[in-house]
Amino acid sequence: MTRRARIALFVVAGGCTAALLVLGVLDLPHFGSSFHPYRDASLAAAVAHKTSNVISSVNFDLRALDTLGEETILLASVIGVTVLLRPAEDEHEHQPVGEGRLLDSTRMVGYLFLPITVMIGLLTVAHGAVTPGGGFQGGVVVGTGIHLLYVAGSYRALERARPVGLAELGEAVGAGAFACMGIAGALAASSFLGNVLPLGAFGDLFSSGSVLFLSVAVGVEVASAVVVLLAQFLHQAVEVTGEEKEAA
Amino acid sequence: MSAFIAIALTLVAVGAVAVVMTDDPARQAVTLSVYGLLLAVLFMALTAPDVALSQIGVGTAIVPLMVMLTIRKMRNRS
Amino acid sequence: MRVYAYLVAVFVLLVGAFGIVRSRNLVHAVVCLSIAQSATYVMLLAIGYQSKATPPVFGSPATKPNTSTVEPLVQAMTLTDIVVSATVTALLLAVAVQVHKRHGTVDPNELAALRG
Repeated sequence: MTRRARIALFVVAGGCTAALLVLGVLDLPHFGSSFHPYRDASLAAAVAHKTSNVISSVNFDLRALDTLGEETILLASVIGVTVLLRPAEDEHEHQPVGEGRLLDSTRMVGYLFLPITVMIGLLTVAHGAVTPGGGFQGGVVVGTGIHLLYVAGSYRALERARPVGLAELGEAVGAGAFACMGIAGALAASSFLGNVLPLGAFGDLFSSGSVLFLSVAVGVEVASAVVVLLAQFLHQAVEVTGEEKEAA
Repeated sequence: MSAFIAIALTLVAVGAVAVVMTDDPARQAVTLSVYGLLLAVLFMALTAPDVALSQIGVGTAIVPLMVMLTIRKMRNRS
Repeated sequence: MRVYAYLVAVFVLLVGAFGIVRSRNLVHAVVCLSIAQSATYVMLLAIGYQSKATPPVFGSPATKPNTSTVEPLVQAMTLTDIVVSATVTALLLAVAVQVHKRHGTVDPNELAALRG
């Protein structure tokens, strides 16, 4: 099908879809209304489990099974990327040439913000049950913060600072810890992924039982996943070249 | 609905058109990064601080970086 | 104005789909897919919004929990989805790199048949 025919077909189909969606949207409760039955139910349940951050409670306590599914998708995608980005038969690895031109201010900003960013990320993961944050957000911040070393320094420095084998191990450990917590919940005569650790007081750092533990497990997994993903892409882009480049 | 939310929504719509209409993928990475920031502002306007945290880290830094590395890999090879 | 947010979400979804259809480069198509995905986040958060309500986080030391917050369920769905869909985008980009290695081009119009 030529490109023009494809676009023409899309205009027709897209128009029908747009009409259907607009008709459906007009029947929703209007924007900003106060009819939220799920909000009432989950708020009551989160306060009963002494969790200050209701969103973390939904993610790691009330609907922890969905989070287990999501992080399995994460694990599978990272395995897929690692397999797909293996060097092909006609490619060679080589050392990256030089460092490129780098402004001193960029280097300074990178070195200054690296420990701050990683610390903020770890705090976000640890306070997942009480303040905005949690495993997913904190893991992303930590994973990205480590790569400030690539921005501020060189690829060599990044390679030394983040061992990829450790990150792959960390990912597996994070996913496994989540599943083990679920089994522990099932064994403690509750349900799979039930909240079986002591609940503590509302608003404390160590409150809400297993939410903190699951948040840390997910944080480890997400940070490791980001490091592995970026390591694969960086390796392919910076170190591996094809045969044409080699011969030139 | 406050004016700030209306402006943020309009900016997101305009940003989406801008990203789609940028044909060169290397330039699209930059536009995507700006779009990620606009989305994060919209999420903050809709009182969703957790979601904005996620979006800033992912949509502003990680996905555009991966797009740029993919483009560089393809240019090295061709 | 009562449905403007939902209409913006529908518009961004269709714009993303249109970008995939008219794309001449697989990487461009993957970025447009990411745009279409962000439309679902806008839709979810718009459904969960309540005007003049607090965010569903009570902090530490905790303030007294009130009952007029925005909906936490859709926010929980959206924030996990943002992170996970970034890794799926990485998978699609890795597929694009492999296509480029095997066929030398990433133009969908030239990648006509699946050669072995």
